[in-house]
Amino acid sequence: MWRLLIASTGLAIVLAASPAPAQAPDAAGNPPKPPASAAPPEDGQWTQPAKNWANTRFSGLDEINSGNVGKLQVAFTFSTGVNRGQESAPLMVGTTLYVLSPYPNILYALDLTKPGAPLKWKYEPKPEAASQGVACCDVVNRGPTFADGRIHFVTLDGNVVGVDAETGKELWKTKVGDINKGETLTMAPLVARGKVFVGNSGGEYGVRGWVQALDAASGKSLWTAFNTGPDADVKIGPDFKPFYDQDKGKDLGVSTWPPDAWKQGGGTVWGWLAYDPDLNLLYHGTGNPGPWNHDLRQGDNKWTAGIFARDPDSGAARWFYQWSPHDLYDWDGINEQILLDMTWKGQPRKVLVRPERNGYVYLMDRTTGEVLYANPFHVMTATKGVDLKTGRLQYVPEKAPETGKVVRDVCPTAPGAKDWNPSAYSERTGYLYIPHVNLCMDWETTEVNYIAGTPYVGAEVRMKPGPGGHRGAFTAWDVRQGKAAWTIKETFPVWSGALATAGNVVFYGTMEGWFKAVDATTGAVLWQFKTGSGIIGQPTTFKGPDGHQYVAILSGVGGWAGAIVAGDLDPRDGTAAKGFVNAMRDLKDATTKGGTLHVFRLP
Amino acid sequence: MSSGCRERRARCPRGLPSRVFGPAALLFLGLAACEREDREYRPNPVATETEERIAMTSLTAGPTTPEIYTTGKGKDFEQNAYHVSQGQKYFAWFNCNGCHANGGGDSGPALMDDTWIYGGAIENIVATIREGRPNGMPSFRGRIPDDQIWEIAAYIRSMGGNLPKDVAPSRRDDLHARPSENRLPAVEPKPGGSTPPAATQPQ
Repeated sequence: MWRLLIASTGLAIVLAASPAPAQAPDAAGNPPKPPASAAPPEDGQWTQPAKNWANTRFSGLDEINSGNVGKLQVAFTFSTGVNRGQESAPLMVGTTLYVLSPYPNILYALDLTKPGAPLKWKYEPKPEAASQGVACCDVVNRGPTFADGRIHFVTLDGNVVGVDAETGKELWKTKVGDINKGETLTMAPLVARGKVFVGNSGGEYGVRGWVQALDAASGKSLWTAFNTGPDADVKIGPDFKPFYDQDKGKDLGVSTWPPDAWKQGGGTVWGWLAYDPDLNLLYHGTGNPGPWNHDLRQGDNKWTAGIFARDPDSGAARWFYQWSPHDLYDWDGINEQILLDMTWKGQPRKVLVRPERNGYVYLMDRTTGEVLYANPFHVMTATKGVDLKTGRLQYVPEKAPETGKVVRDVCPTAPGAKDWNPSAYSERTGYLYIPHVNLCMDWETTEVNYIAGTPYVGAEVRMKPGPGGHRGAFTAWDVRQGKAAWTIKETFPVWSGALATAGNVVFYGTMEGWFKAVDATTGAVLWQFKTGSGIIGQPTTFKGPDGHQYVAILSGVGGWAGAIVAGDLDPRDGTAAKGFVNAMRDLKDATTKGGTLHVFRLP
Repeated sequence: MSSGCRERRARCPRGLPSRVFGPAALLFLGLAACEREDREYRPNPVATETEERIAMTSLTAGPTTPEIYTTGKGKDFEQNAYHVSQGQKYFAWFNCNGCHANGGGDSGPALMDDTWIYGGAIENIVATIREGRPNGMPSFRGRIPDDQIWEIAAYIRSMGGNLPKDVAPSRRDDLHARPSENRLPAVEPKPGGSTPPAATQPQ
């Protein structure tokens, strides 16, 4: 059937054979490197989920390497006490390991100087229980971050906190989200220039998306920039210089919507932020426009499903690019952007590379917002590519949903080719390691009413495995070549983050519970360990007080993909969990709920 | 109400299977079908609420079961196809499907399975919709007219196959999400289930 479909639409499938022979990173020179200002030299710690402002998730540690990783063994484990999806990244600062649970967002500090890493303290913010009802896709949290002696994180019920990293004492707590409007907070904050940058979740509840800067010392809100509405609210002023004409004009955040629809238009900020100290620019994506029923929001729906570069001090927008204008399929634009410096067509360029939910890896000039390439890493039936002259994504008209009609075999799906779970970039291989899915879907747009504090979706979705039948994949993407080097197929969607190390090893987890180490050059599996529950967390690595390298991962299935297990959903309803259950009916046979930190080391 | 029933009686037997013979059987089934489609012309206004006394546990202080008093309204609604079909419509209109999908669940629990945290009787479901529940169920008191809450609750009862097959909805025209309500085997509602997450204090 797939062959027929592909032949009839004349679309190319881009799926690399796996695993391919090793390939020299680049004959023309060294692999691209992150700017030193955004990715300082290795210090053996892991202080923010993405490792650094450049979002590389690359550690310079190499005690654990491709030669000895096969001997990796458990050093200790720790239960988070919460049986929901564990998407958080364990942090290591000084001699302490910090672990944050999903709702109720308990922060644990473990003492690495003592055998078994006993609990130093825990901090319980006690978020409102009702907030669980407006969390679209499990009650997850994507991690805490450390800066200047404080741990910062968000709580599901809309608070941002600053906690003393030594004592666990709450220094400040600021409420920025309102659950009665459908707002929750799930993202990992980014701290830079003495400010904590956070954004809201709730694109499925008709919220209005924003990003906000808080003073890291006091918690006082400094500025808020909305991602829909008038230019003044979006902080678009004279310094705003988007690269493409489609993003130029006055108050596009109002005029690209039906009257007042921007007030419930989404454009949330629940993913990854990056910061370039040299350019002094903060980068953040914007979530899907709401509701999913696109008939209710004709127009380009600025500034949703795109990326902003902003002045971190004032919030002023510098440029914007829209991945998916008038998004049809819930393609949030919140994925990670990895900041790199490289030579492109003979010219040195400051770029960002971004594996996007719509299925393309984008290479962009991060000074201007110009797209250098946009190449697919997933099977495509819904779009035909990106026009590099206009910057515009080319949709396939036959796959456009309309109210009351079912469109079939739309690829990628609502969670996209790749959802929130972050990739890692190795400056040794020049590869971006992308954990992703291989899914397609049927979609029916339905009527929907806006009622504050309840979902605002308007679609019935049924996901299914993509061509090949495997539902997940782990792809090494050659950033310079703009194509996949190798791909590992996985039974279930790969919903965990990735970690790359100077030991030429890459780590990721599967939803069955396997924690895997693969060769960074070839993709050969070197080691794997079966944890107690499916893995959707972010692996990190650090040098312990004993001078040895450790690797940490939270196991505990859940999230959107694992909602069938975490939320005890009924597999007979394919539209459960917004259609993800249809593709995950057998997950209950493969894993159960859990919530355990696993830390590994060499014997 | 009885005059409404008389008016509709002539049309009721239309959906009867052709293998049913005999005037007595016809009359009997005709009456049953009529009750099944019976409807109130003046439903209760928004402000009024039925006074059901429910329990959320099978345990009581004393050797017996908890004392429960119901008005009987639930039974009327559960045996009425019109109410159930209205409930199916309101289930989407009030965004119940946003959290519970087509019964399989999402951010809210599944409604087609046998696990009922706050009780699976129609009176319990009405109370849950009206009052809300602490772990994320919003309160709809004052937002949905009382009779429409009962209709939604009656439809929810059909999701687990707990209503008569001639009352429960059949296949919809939309994307096939799940076996239709009238095709599912009945599952006896069991009280219990954990309010997520298991680690926190019970709410």
